[in-house]
Amino acid sequence: MAEFIAYLIAGIATGAIYALAAIGFTLVWQTSQTINFAQGEFVMLPAVLILLAVKLFGLPLWAGGLIGIAVFLLIFGAGFKLVVVDPMIKHGVLPLAIATMALSIIMKEGAKDGFSAEAQSFPSLVPTDMVNLLGISISLQHLAIIVVAFAAIGLLQWFVGGTKLGRQMQATAQNPTVARILGIPVERMVLLTFLLNAALAVVASLLISPIYLAKFSNGETIGLFAFIAAIVGGFNQVRGALVGGILIGVADSLAAAYISTQYRLAVPLVLLVAIILVKPEGLMGRKEERRV
Amino acid sequence: MSAPALQDAAASPPRAARRIDAALVALILGAVILWFAPVGMGRYGTYVLSLWLVMSIGVMGLNLTLGYAGQTSLAQAAFMGLGAYATAILTTKFGVSWYAAFGISGLLTFAVGLLLGFPALRVRTHYLAFVTLAFSTLVWLVLRNEQWLTGGTFGISNINRPEFFGIKLFGALEFHRFVVVVTLILSLALWWLIRSPWGRAFTALRENPVRAASLGIDTRAYTLLAFAIGSAYGGFAGALYAPLVEFIDPSPFALSQSFSLLLMVVAGGAGYLFGPFIGALLGVVLPEWLRFAGSLYLILFAAIVLALLVVCPQGVSGLAERGWNVLRRKSGGAR
Amino acid sequence: MKSLWVMAAALGAALSLPAQAQDKVKLVDVIELSGAGAAAGTNWKNGADMAAADINAKGGILGKPVEIVHYDTQTNPGNTRAAVQRGIDEGAYAILGPIFSGPIGASMQISQRAEVAQIVGGEGAGFTKQGNPYIFRTSLSQTAAMPKIAKYLKDTVKAGSIAVVWVNNDFGKGGRDAILPELEKAGIKVAVDVSTEQGQADFTADAIKVKNANADAVFVYLNEEESARFLRAAKQQGIAKPMIGETTLLGAKVLELAGDAANGAKGHVGLSTDAPIPALQEFGKRYREKYGFASDHNGIKGYMAVFMVKWATERQKKLDKKGLADTLRGATIKASEEPGVLMDTVIEQNGDLDRESFLAEVVNGKQVINTTLPRIKP
Repeated sequence: MAEFIAYLIAGIATGAIYALAAIGFTLVWQTSQTINFAQGEFVMLPAVLILLAVKLFGLPLWAGGLIGIAVFLLIFGAGFKLVVVDPMIKHGVLPLAIATMALSIIMKEGAKDGFSAEAQSFPSLVPTDMVNLLGISISLQHLAIIVVAFAAIGLLQWFVGGTKLGRQMQATAQNPTVARILGIPVERMVLLTFLLNAALAVVASLLISPIYLAKFSNGETIGLFAFIAAIVGGFNQVRGALVGGILIGVADSLAAAYISTQYRLAVPLVLLVAIILVKPEGLMGRKEERRV
Repeated sequence: MSAPALQDAAASPPRAARRIDAALVALILGAVILWFAPVGMGRYGTYVLSLWLVMSIGVMGLNLTLGYAGQTSLAQAAFMGLGAYATAILTTKFGVSWYAAFGISGLLTFAVGLLLGFPALRVRTHYLAFVTLAFSTLVWLVLRNEQWLTGGTFGISNINRPEFFGIKLFGALEFHRFVVVVTLILSLALWWLIRSPWGRAFTALRENPVRAASLGIDTRAYTLLAFAIGSAYGGFAGALYAPLVEFIDPSPFALSQSFSLLLMVVAGGAGYLFGPFIGALLGVVLPEWLRFAGSLYLILFAAIVLALLVVCPQGVSGLAERGWNVLRRKSGGAR
Repeated sequence: MKSLWVMAAALGAALSLPAQAQDKVKLVDVIELSGAGAAAGTNWKNGADMAAADINAKGGILGKPVEIVHYDTQTNPGNTRAAVQRGIDEGAYAILGPIFSGPIGASMQISQRAEVAQIVGGEGAGFTKQGNPYIFRTSLSQTAAMPKIAKYLKDTVKAGSIAVVWVNNDFGKGGRDAILPELEKAGIKVAVDVSTEQGQADFTADAIKVKNANADAVFVYLNEEESARFLRAAKQQGIAKPMIGETTLLGAKVLELAGDAANGAKGHVGLSTDAPIPALQEFGKRYREKYGFASDHNGIKGYMAVFMVKWATERQKKLDKKGLADTLRGATIKASEEPGVLMDTVIEQNGDLDRESFLAEVVNGKQVINTTLPRIKP
């Protein structure tokens, strides 16, 4: 039993990472029908930019951090939306999704050529100590990721439901035409979600990189699992990302433990097919009103 | 999603007929050019040309699924893998002739396409995309893990190239010409299919599914059929890929390769007959050509694709058509 | 008709190969610079570039400067084949690389048909068993290294049971398939056999699995950063059993990334810049100065590959492609004759290598070599 709980907690910790990456995924989908295949690279890049700023300018870590984060928000929050999404969004979902695939190659290769082909260690914001919970040892780093993932969802729910700005954002997501008639600055709301997405990617990057190391190819796995988590949880619900992420993380961990390490990747995918066969809109999703 | 070149086939018969003839002539002329193209080109150039054609076949299939039936498949590389492995295993382990293996690869992928698509198309939305995403990874896992059958991570080597009525096609040029012929036959089949009443139904389906349904088209059956035929083209492409490279392992059939095939369809122009050739040109030949840029060549490649899509989301074919229309209007005005 | 224009453009694009120069020794390096093998390939590329610079600084080979062109394979067999074919068409004197077994398998017939030597960085067992006389290694193969590990486990670690953790690619699977029979011969029981994914980020579940197996030792056969991640996860789960590895586990990069989680790891090392051989240490120092990070074994292999070409060319006293392969086959290259090969190297008829190797341990974040193992056939 203790063994099972250990696998469960490991799964939840990994799942929280997928969830953090998946939240941004669902946000940009809701306001602008953007499927961002570069989401994994969005999580990979901030850490690399920070290390690059430290290396290039010889700055202390905090200053490099600020520069790296500012550059990232500017280019991959606002710039991404203005340069890539805006001209393409009216032509449907697919060309834009393909464009984000090209973007992911640019980000990956750029990080490799501009920084390093090898993994680099990244300093942890959280102490790396272990704590003992009911006989199961878990690292503070993993614990921090779980806490932050839940807090991010909680804050977003509060923001969307409890503030004027958030309600405007939600109205934009649900029906941009009506929102525009009501005088909501739709464009600015969409831009806001892209900035939020980039900010969440930064948070995820800062939490994950100390454990997973900073490497140009890290986005591949994270991006795929975030995508699966978003589908399972439901693309149009932010809390779906959390549910989906944790479910996938736990399924992966238990698969490695009890089914087969060679086929562990298969289990989350079979789960994905089973869930959407029963509930196509995802576990927490509501039915799409708009046809895409 | 896409502006088809052939959508007006039903609307204005005389012009459509002219255009379709142009397409036919272009296909045959292109094959003749490609037959002679590699003369004096070296083995490398010949190999890249053959690889381009093989990938074009795979992209053609995906173009049928996406451009004509409006369904996204994220498993085209997996279908190529099924075809390549079926051919490699049958020819190396069981001594089956390549031609039989080619047919079996097509049948196998067609059948798998039907099985996969049948439950998927019960539900609209992006269900097929998600199911094929899972399928693609599962196929890759089986190819990698079942070493007794597929050679696992070590792959299958020494895959022989076929013979043609006693002529051995082992040389680069001979095999290239063989690939040209097979590509021509497969593209003619597709050209015929799209022009046939079936093909019109596909197009009607993509343009307006509700109207198509009200006209008595069984939308689900046609979509399923388009997906299965598209998958079979993936299998055919794989059956050529194995003897072309003479070695296969699971890596060229991973999910990322399915994404890159999708990129080729969209960048080339989904729903255009020649879109796949242009898309595969972008995906296969352009990176080779950009090698002069040294380590930056992949960034350059992705930047070109990104810029292309931002400027023209309908891909190169869409861009060309737009340019063509502008030119025609201008010359018309001058007259 | 626009499609015809496009086709014509394609031909033009594919046709444009640069003219070959006769006054240079042209080596084409076909190597993993993107995709899964990028880290290994970058090390190899740097090593090869450094070797070329060293040779050219001393007047080149037979008075001709060495020129190395690098072609990325994207760690994909089809692309590798294209790149090797391109190198041959461009008149390469020899092909260097690649490192991964799949891409090697897809390209070695090309160099064989052209009768050009291909000097690769692969360690997988298979490709030298196919009777291809043009393929040469730059390191020990897994079949040569694994018996040494099994002996070490039995005699020094005195392990009765072992957990095997391996990466499920050609490298890891090859190593695992090579060590299992050796373990059986040595009477060591495999307590648990854990397959992991290439590029896997989280090793918590794998570490728990290993911990629960409660074996006497853990054999870790992963690529560099995965090794580091596993060592960290193992430390977090409080696994106190000895971590045994082969070359990668004790590499400089792993030690840097894993920090104190690597302490106590030990095993067999084929090539290392920490080996008690001055030439290797000197190479490691200069590499670090030039590129800003420590070279792993692939950097050393890339460096040696170019010097193998130099040695054989000077021995045959002409730039004959086929002669290069004939000279290398069965040769013994002494470091006293050609310092650039760094260690005495015996090349067998099938392209396998035999040379000294080391047993090492990680103490306070540093690799300490404690035994030098002799050649298999001294």
